[in-house]
Amino acid sequence: MAAVTKLVHKYLRHDKKFPNVWCPGCGNGILLGSLIRAIDRTGLQKDEIVIVSGIGCSGRISVYVDFNTLHTTHGRALTYATGVKLGNPKLHVIVIMGDGDATAIGGNHFIHAARRNIDLTAIVVNNNIYGMTGGQYSPTTPYGALATTSLYGNIEHSFSIAELAVMAGAGMVSRGTVYHATLLDDLIEKAIMKRGFAVVEALSHCHTQYGRRNRLGGAVEMLRWQKDAAVRIDKAKSMSPEELNGKFTIGVLTDRDLPVYTEEYQKLRESARAMMSGAK
Amino acid sequence: MIAKRPPGRQLLLQGNEAIVEGALAAGCRFFAGYPITPATEISEVMSYRLPAVDGTFIQMEDEIASMGAVIGASLAGVKSMTATSGPGFSLMQENLGFACVAEVPCVIVNVMRGGPSTGLPTSVSQGDVMQARWGTHGDHPIIVLAVSTTQDCFSITVKAFNLSEKYRTPVVLLADEVVAHTREKISLPHAEEVEVIDRIRPNMPPDWYIPFENNSRGVPPMSAFGDGYRYHVTGLIHDVRGFPTQRPDEIVPFMDRIFRKINQHFFDIQMVNTEMVDDAELIVVAYGSVSRSARRAVREARERGIKAGLVQLITLWPFPRQSVEPILRQVRAALVPELNMGQISREIKRINQGVARIETISRIDGHLITPNEILTRLLRI
Repeated sequence: MAAVTKLVHKYLRHDKKFPNVWCPGCGNGILLGSLIRAIDRTGLQKDEIVIVSGIGCSGRISVYVDFNTLHTTHGRALTYATGVKLGNPKLHVIVIMGDGDATAIGGNHFIHAARRNIDLTAIVVNNNIYGMTGGQYSPTTPYGALATTSLYGNIEHSFSIAELAVMAGAGMVSRGTVYHATLLDDLIEKAIMKRGFAVVEALSHCHTQYGRRNRLGGAVEMLRWQKDAAVRIDKAKSMSPEELNGKFTIGVLTDRDLPVYTEEYQKLRESARAMMSGAK
Repeated sequence: MIAKRPPGRQLLLQGNEAIVEGALAAGCRFFAGYPITPATEISEVMSYRLPAVDGTFIQMEDEIASMGAVIGASLAGVKSMTATSGPGFSLMQENLGFACVAEVPCVIVNVMRGGPSTGLPTSVSQGDVMQARWGTHGDHPIIVLAVSTTQDCFSITVKAFNLSEKYRTPVVLLADEVVAHTREKISLPHAEEVEVIDRIRPNMPPDWYIPFENNSRGVPPMSAFGDGYRYHVTGLIHDVRGFPTQRPDEIVPFMDRIFRKINQHFFDIQMVNTEMVDDAELIVVAYGSVSRSARRAVREARERGIKAGLVQLITLWPFPRQSVEPILRQVRAALVPELNMGQISREIKRINQGVARIETISRIDGHLITPNEILTRLLRI
């Protein structure tokens, strides 16, 4: 317990007016814990880290942590982060977005940041709903689910965020849940240390807006579902498609060495300088 | 004969290229943009020039992203710019508002073309004057400058960066298709002759830094991410420490300050060129490429014995009322030619309060107003 308190004192802002905005039982608190544990393990200095967040419940994380923090417009967090990273490549930029934030309004920015393989860490907190605005369906709300804008059942099909990131070209992609908190610590730590675009899809729960309306129970029941439906990725390899029906995999989906944007740009600068001095 | 130092580099440039030269001279080292005619040359030249001076160019996925990246880079301490035209400028409005409320210095070039919507690609227009002022939602202060020549494109771009750094505000530079694509002689000054202003950075111990302090200038020092002053930047209305607030006693001082920082430095910001106005009975108020037609028309009117004068607006917003108002009090009539349905003439009428007679020429067919059109009207007033 003492270790936890130490981290809280080290990384949370005490001049900020706590308590936080989240509902009791929200997964964002667990994610915040994972984030600061992972950062602590990397050994990076607080001044070297920039936390960029979008709009939504998850977007408020940036207020509570004692780093350089940037709370941007809805869906645009990755664009601001791109500017920060290119402006000062020495900074470690961690972006926190929600599912609607990253894949609806910010979907274009998400796939292009992945395609560029720019050196950012992108954590997508996926709770299957727009929680802050009161429970409208998002791009990850399951087919048939109820939301305030799908009272007859959702007829849209959901994105699989991690797989989307793999296909778009991200260097590292992983998925965890807020139930598997120690795994989430590892995944975030690996993502921060990865050179290139590293995505962590963190499955979370919104019992207030999603669970309640779809009769999935409270926070405890929804966490239990995460425990039951998650399969470690190495274990999934030996399972049949029937066994995997209704389950999802957790762990590192892909980790590949692709050219990193910032490093490529540095090479480009050198050739530009050579060309310019040759021209004179 | 004493060898004289050459007055800088004499070049033949188009307006868009001169804007790049101005930006680089002002210290711009980051550019994010998305292709759109008639602003594309700015991106093209930036992509070529910036990496050679340790800067960064990136072509983003759209104009929304470009504006976001520009703000991010500025927060990391790098002077940043983007360039676009009408449709792209509409997309930038969301994040432009963020730059206003979070007080992030940056320059947005809008090379105006005919609108609305896809409009008249890519004919000249001045249709975005009001959008530049009020395009983003909510009450916000902003500085908007207009350029009329290639030389302006250089010097006013430098000025735009200086104002944005000095007052921690986005500055919109309005060019138009004619200025942007006219190729003419320009004299580029030596680097040391260009006055460059950088944002004030904090020098106190980090614990003492109050990032949005309500000081007498209205402009708090700005730390770059990574400099050791960890603070919070948000698009929410915030208290002096940068944290979101809903308290009226914190909201009102904040809003007051961001308006005050522009208003109390009004005389530093307003730029107006006048020509032959001292004894003028008739004046032409113009800006951008139209002011060039107006200058010729005024000179020709003088040759015919008409006491005409020119008031060329460089600062459009905040509207340079203190400069224009006294002139309106001394003349019989003012003619406002512009390439829109009357965006600046509306402002002239507002400050004129019925004193002088106000005439307008509105041309929205994608062509420049000619000196003859203005002269003909001057002869009739």
